[in-house]
Amino acid sequence: MIGTNRYIGSPVERIEDPRFLRGRGQFVGDLKREGMLHAAILRSPVAHGLVAAVDASAALATAGVRAVITAKDIGAVPRIPLRLLPLAGTERFLQPVIAADRVRYVGEPVAVVLGDSPALAEDGVGAIALDIEELPPVPDRHISGRDEILLFEEAGTNAAMVFTGVKGDADAAFRDADYVRRDRFAVQRYTALPMEPRGLLAEWDAAQGRMAVLGAAKVPFFNRDTLAAMLGLSPAQVDLIENDVGGGFGARGEFYPEDFLIPFAARHVGRPVRWLEDRREHLTSMNHARQADCEAEIACRSDGTILGLRGEVFVDLGAYIRTNGLIAPRNVAQCFTGPYRVPNVRVTSTALLTNKTPSGTYRAPGRYEGSFFCERLIELAARDLGIDSAEMRRRNLIGAGEMPYRLPRLEPGGPALDTECDSGDYRETLERCLAEFGWEEKRALQGREIDGRYHGVAVACFIEGGGAGPKETARLDLEADGTVSVYVGSAAVGQGLETVMAQIAADTLGLPLGQVRVLHGSTPFLDEGYGAFASRSTVLGGSAVFEAANALLARIRAAAGARLGCAAEQVEVADGCARAPDGRALAFAELAADSLRVTTAFGNDNRMTYTYGSAAAHVAVDLGTGDVELLDCLVVEDVGRIVNPLTLHGQAIGGVVQGLGGALLEHLVYDANGQLLSGNLADYLIPTATDFPKIRAIALENYRSPSNPLGVKGAGEGAIIPIGGLIANAVANALASFGAMPNQLPLSPARVWHMGSAKQSTGSSK
Amino acid sequence: MKPAPFDYQAPGTLREAIDLLASNPEAFVIAGGQSLMPLLAFRLATPSLLVDLRRLSGLGNIAVGDDGFRLGALVRWRDIEDDQRLVTAHPLLHAAVAHVAHYQIRNRGTVGGSLAHADPAAELPGVAVTCEGEITLFGPAGSRTVRAGDFFTGPLSTLRQPDEIVTALHLPKWPSGRRWAFRKYGRREGDFALAGILLFYDEDQRGALSNAHVGVIGACPRPHRLTRAEALLNGRGIDESLIRQAAVTAAEEVDPPDDLHADAAYRRGLVATLIERGLRAAAQQGSA
Amino acid sequence: MRVSFRINGDPVAVDVEPRLHLADCLREVLSLTGTHLGCEHGACGACTVIVDGAAVRACLMLTVQAEGASIVTVEGVSTDESLSPLQIAFRKHHALQCGFCTPGMLTTAHALLTDEPDADADRIRSALSGNLCRCTGYIPIIEAVLEARAAYRNADKP
Repeated sequence: MIGTNRYIGSPVERIEDPRFLRGRGQFVGDLKREGMLHAAILRSPVAHGLVAAVDASAALATAGVRAVITAKDIGAVPRIPLRLLPLAGTERFLQPVIAADRVRYVGEPVAVVLGDSPALAEDGVGAIALDIEELPPVPDRHISGRDEILLFEEAGTNAAMVFTGVKGDADAAFRDADYVRRDRFAVQRYTALPMEPRGLLAEWDAAQGRMAVLGAAKVPFFNRDTLAAMLGLSPAQVDLIENDVGGGFGARGEFYPEDFLIPFAARHVGRPVRWLEDRREHLTSMNHARQADCEAEIACRSDGTILGLRGEVFVDLGAYIRTNGLIAPRNVAQCFTGPYRVPNVRVTSTALLTNKTPSGTYRAPGRYEGSFFCERLIELAARDLGIDSAEMRRRNLIGAGEMPYRLPRLEPGGPALDTECDSGDYRETLERCLAEFGWEEKRALQGREIDGRYHGVAVACFIEGGGAGPKETARLDLEADGTVSVYVGSAAVGQGLETVMAQIAADTLGLPLGQVRVLHGSTPFLDEGYGAFASRSTVLGGSAVFEAANALLARIRAAAGARLGCAAEQVEVADGCARAPDGRALAFAELAADSLRVTTAFGNDNRMTYTYGSAAAHVAVDLGTGDVELLDCLVVEDVGRIVNPLTLHGQAIGGVVQGLGGALLEHLVYDANGQLLSGNLADYLIPTATDFPKIRAIALENYRSPSNPLGVKGAGEGAIIPIGGLIANAVANALASFGAMPNQLPLSPARVWHMGSAKQSTGSSK
Repeated sequence: MKPAPFDYQAPGTLREAIDLLASNPEAFVIAGGQSLMPLLAFRLATPSLLVDLRRLSGLGNIAVGDDGFRLGALVRWRDIEDDQRLVTAHPLLHAAVAHVAHYQIRNRGTVGGSLAHADPAAELPGVAVTCEGEITLFGPAGSRTVRAGDFFTGPLSTLRQPDEIVTALHLPKWPSGRRWAFRKYGRREGDFALAGILLFYDEDQRGALSNAHVGVIGACPRPHRLTRAEALLNGRGIDESLIRQAAVTAAEEVDPPDDLHADAAYRRGLVATLIERGLRAAAQQGSA
Repeated sequence: MRVSFRINGDPVAVDVEPRLHLADCLREVLSLTGTHLGCEHGACGACTVIVDGAAVRACLMLTVQAEGASIVTVEGVSTDESLSPLQIAFRKHHALQCGFCTPGMLTTAHALLTDEPDADADRIRSALSGNLCRCTGYIPIIEAVLEARAAYRNADKP
């Protein structure tokens, strides 16, 4: 039903850009309100303890401090609920909106200070006398698993949840295999680190009984409902407004304690309150991610065909289950085998609580970790069996003829959480990647020392589960001036949402792009909405816009036909005009009086889309310094259909660089007392412009998604997934003569140097 | 991360600045602020008063003369980078400064600030110590000079008294044709060195090394010379065997910390690598 | 304390506490919110402005230290309602996604290319190594700055 596609598929420059380029973005920190107070938060300085006293008297006597709010002022408020996977038993481990009698991680909020300026509020925080009786901390998942020190005594355990992913009969497969190998692997704790820290600006209108909160992101509708319940309001009394958002990556926009505390404070004092997170508190407050270790084993035939995979994964969840804290543990159990045909699987994933900042989702949660574990195991098996890395992948990728391919069944969850790879030819992207990368020439360098550095290459394959349901809503209004306003429940986090949605609406309605404006995320726009997560915005939001635009087109045709005296089907719509066969026409503006407006919800029965692809890398390792230089990196992915090749390419490059940060640089380091050592950006290292200059990405659109009318697949998270395993395998291949086993991330210079200076013990194999 | 409150003065003369420091024991000096401002932001430092040197004249000059080099305390990294004389007149200084932090930092950070702050991984203290520089301080009792090798006493710790201001760094003459090297390794460009080495030596007609100076930053609590490595080098001709021995000796001589970025064993290994590569590069300087 | 300086060509005078850093003065007192705060400890570059021709981190400078200075912020990178060649290049190359690091990238690149219109890719990467971006992976930013050089080579020097 799309006529001439002049926007969809074109590298349209973004509508959002001019305001950002001029410095006229409206991030929450750019907004003020008359009479506004500034909030600063007192956070626990210890990892585990009982709160004996919070003495705010000196703080209240500090110049410019207007109020101090603690648990006593807040009273009984529900704990922060789980947005996703609220399984039985999880209610025992939810986070309170503020610490009352107990603190469980460094950074947990204990009090809110309101002052005339952020500096004065911070002065107030420094003046609060906090008396905490320290308890022994649970500093890691090993100690957690012993259940000797408990974070929640009533629960009797620190194991928040165990997921099991099962397919076929793994034990039988291992009994019958020619070859089995078992090894341990670990991914470190790190974090999304968007460049804009969090912020909220809350206004309570006592006369109207309405609460407005600016600075919402990602899932404003769920957060609105949650906040309303906590404040004793109906959802209709609460508006969450989305402004410009400086990156999300899964971490921003979930419901955090501050999402209650700041609105509560505004109502408590009857003045608007703004809170802007600083980077130091960000590193102990924003969701952590990824920390997981496993013992995993692979069973193969001697020709390299994978028969089975078993694994026990332990996820260090932090002190509470966050709103989406169980997604990564679940995904690791279900998606461990990625795009590979593994007929027999059993992976258990245990989420354990520790006295650290709680964790949540971060771009490809659980998938990145699972891919690292799986790709390392496959590479080790390939080496032991004498099979070329690329050939090993080729033999084991799910074939085009096997679609749809069901991934392991999850318990708890059962059939409701079943998912299947939808469409595609995984070998096609592998072959394209190998060809473009120059695999045949480059593998000749494997393990060789050239000019003092050891060279290694590797290839890895991935699937990205995107387009998570249940649905998304869109409303299109034909305005009096003939333009169309598109309201969509999806949230913008910097991904170019406004432009992509406008392209879809403009093409469907035959309008120039400039005649379409997109408004998104804020709860007043729509009765319901779902938001931006799991790479769903183009799939679900875009499809909702597409269907609403088609419905609006039908209404335009009907209205025009009635006015022009012809059948609706005979009306031709192009360039903002509706034309009858006899040539008479009406501009959209002339039809606006007919109040043409359509609201649509698009759902896909929770069928996920699966973008897929392969990545290859060439590294040079300097054993004198432990430096790993990425000489070339290429990702090839099939995304089903490309709406905007410019923004899609941006997602791929950005995702790869984030993945490289995880493989080589980033690490939230805790000491044995639960203190975060890497608490600033001089110690927590993200990639800079000089680190990874050689990255290429190619996007294909050969296999559309069968589950939405646009045929698009979610594509924001794919490119990051294979990077951990890819780099580790490239380093392993470079240092093969040293028996190096890069089984732990990040591959810091010190870690790599040690690999070159000692023989590593190898895993057991038969 | 707003600083705790403080008063602020920008005196017009050095004497006024000293008087302010003398009468306010909790006062800090600020110049470029590139090291101090983060400390204030984290409230790791809470001075009652900042004494800003920006209005003082006569502290911003780079003098190149027969008796060596004089860098005023307010000379910025950018000034050193832009000073074409130094490219050939003191190539070690010029090379080391190019590695300081980032482009924006180099537009404000100063010689005096770096010396007074004394980060063990900082480049200029390494240059000062390796080149046997002298640091001039001005205080209530007037001027005094301290040898760079004595000035740095530990991480972020120097012989400067709270009522003194660093006013200049003097570096000795640098003969043309001297062989030198600067090598640093950090995790990313602009990061503090996990380890860095600075070295130079002269050669006589027979090709024997003399006057070897080898300094280390980043793998130590304070910048210092590696005197055993120097002793090993002096009097011998440079060859691969000497280079390797010097690297091993240097690695044994340093006493690196363990921290969240790297363990001591790695830093020793890194020092050995940097010494080896630095000596090799120095030996090849000037050859076709 | 009273402080006077010039912002994007216009004289301003403000009355601020000594501890107010220049970035906060621009944002909160002068309502020029284009300069962003990403870390407040000099590590991320989002707050970069140009002071007397040199790119500096506005979070590492006190407002009181700006007395008499001539400051250019991102709002001053283009001088009228149209985007400058550097900004046009950023848009063309998709050198921004969330837009939060963008002002600092623009001011740093503008300062660099004004002084060094022939800067090569390595020099550009090095000069931008103190500006963190989490979205783009930097490659399109470097491409945009490389393309923008032509405009700076042709520009009249003051």
